[in-house]
Amino acid sequence: MNTKVNFCGIEFDNPVLTASGTYGFGLEYDQYYNISQLGGISVKGLTLKEREGNPTPRIAETYGGMLNSVGLQNPGVETFKSFYLPKLKAEKTCKVIANIAGSTVEDYAEMARSLRDTAVDMLEVNISCPNVKNGGMAFGTDPKMVETITRAVKSQAAQPVVMKLSPNVTDITEMARAAESAGADGLSLINTLLGMKIDVRTRRPILANNMGGYSGPGVKPVAVRMVYQVARAVKIPIIGMGGIMNGEDAVEFMLAGASLVMVGTANFTDPFAALKVKNGIIDYMRRCGVEDVNELIGAVKPN
Amino acid sequence: MREDLKCEIIFRREIAPNQIELILKNRRLAQEARPGQFVHIAIENGVNILRRPISICDSFMENTRIIFEIKGEGTRWLAERREGDVLTLMGPLGNGFSIEPGKRAFVIGGGIGTFPLYKLCKTLNKPEIFLGFRNKDMVVMENEFSMTGNLHIATDDGSYGYYGFAITLAEEKIDGCDIIYACGPRPMLKAVKALAEKYGKKAQLSMEERMGCGIGACLVCVCKTTTGNRQVCLQGPVFDADEVIFD
Repeated sequence: MNTKVNFCGIEFDNPVLTASGTYGFGLEYDQYYNISQLGGISVKGLTLKEREGNPTPRIAETYGGMLNSVGLQNPGVETFKSFYLPKLKAEKTCKVIANIAGSTVEDYAEMARSLRDTAVDMLEVNISCPNVKNGGMAFGTDPKMVETITRAVKSQAAQPVVMKLSPNVTDITEMARAAESAGADGLSLINTLLGMKIDVRTRRPILANNMGGYSGPGVKPVAVRMVYQVARAVKIPIIGMGGIMNGEDAVEFMLAGASLVMVGTANFTDPFAALKVKNGIIDYMRRCGVEDVNELIGAVKPN
Repeated sequence: MREDLKCEIIFRREIAPNQIELILKNRRLAQEARPGQFVHIAIENGVNILRRPISICDSFMENTRIIFEIKGEGTRWLAERREGDVLTLMGPLGNGFSIEPGKRAFVIGGGIGTFPLYKLCKTLNKPEIFLGFRNKDMVVMENEFSMTGNLHIATDDGSYGYYGFAITLAEEKIDGCDIIYACGPRPMLKAVKALAEKYGKKAQLSMEERMGCGIGACLVCVCKTTTGNRQVCLQGPVFDADEVIFD
């Protein structure tokens, strides 16, 4: 049985990765299981300078998922390069994807430049964070900006560049095509859906930031649909995510057209979730006589 | 390696209106638990995807005691568990109180914030304990706390003990204090910080925040401190009062 997937020229041991923002730098979960068993991890979204993020509360549980408004709190790219990355690369074999964000086009370019000569395997460009004032989602909902940022990052990057798309758009294929035409090597989708929860007793939103990103099993049908649409619109490969809780959820994303999948919110439900998703895919392959996990990619049979 | 622990509920009761006590059986949890730490409990109802962080009240041999208030769907599910049911949880988690031996300790607690202070009081040497409750019906664990130190109780409505705040009682006796340990509602913790500053005392505060992962990965439950936003679940929940910034 083969679980290896070649994505943008990089060989992933298996198609299961963890989603940025839910998994720190991997070391927290490595206390529960050896994270080298995963295909890779996408680290907490990085910016040039350290960021403190938004005020608390930053999380609200909702039916079928949760809202977050962390706002890209992170120690800055230099701390990542000098501390977390060397540690990950010395001790772990899973691939490391650097998730990068910025407030300006130049920020993104500089992030890619600063990661050029590092052991980072791939860049995931966050143009879809709903929780920051400057940049973030505003960049990912305008096809011209998607193109501009993709070009800026590509011009500086030494690693393959994956653009992370926002679901908060009318037509996600338009953003996908914009990224592809500007030279993106791959796409990842979806980021969180902009949402809100109000405490009816106090009449105040739960989140200090009022609104936040909705994730969890409730978003899965939307995410699968978007992966399906994007897979038909572009030729570059896709990382699919959005509410994956188990192996069969992951298989669904692969059938819709994803080459790799990311597990996010499920890590909070169960610290072993990502590992269980991987084992669940293998179980499915055994049960259904699938010899090579690559057979699943885009194998949906539309009615 | 850390595990997701399976813990059998061996005892359950409603200790006060809407407040449930559970005793959980798991040797590893009981042996590792330190005062001020918490467990992160899976709500296995197929609906709630987030765990519930509940502080550890006490632990002994292979048993760990938790007490929580029913606040929503998740804690309601937890409250409906029966003896013999098994909970899945991560823990003990977080940095609890650091005990400074030889110091004359004041312990100040309010409402459900009193529970995490019990194991602390058992560990300390005869602390002065000041606990505040809404009213007489909400006063819990009075006998148990009084066995660990010199207990003073206050109620908001004067229906039991001192009529007023526990912290007012503490201030009256502040000369006999070297260090303050506190857990309770945010306004109370803010007042404890002010009290400690006023009299030049050290204080440790157990902070509460809505949590995600429980292990420091998601950066949801941060506390504003003089050294930036720090994770309540990992670097806390207990912080030195002089570091905590209250807005």
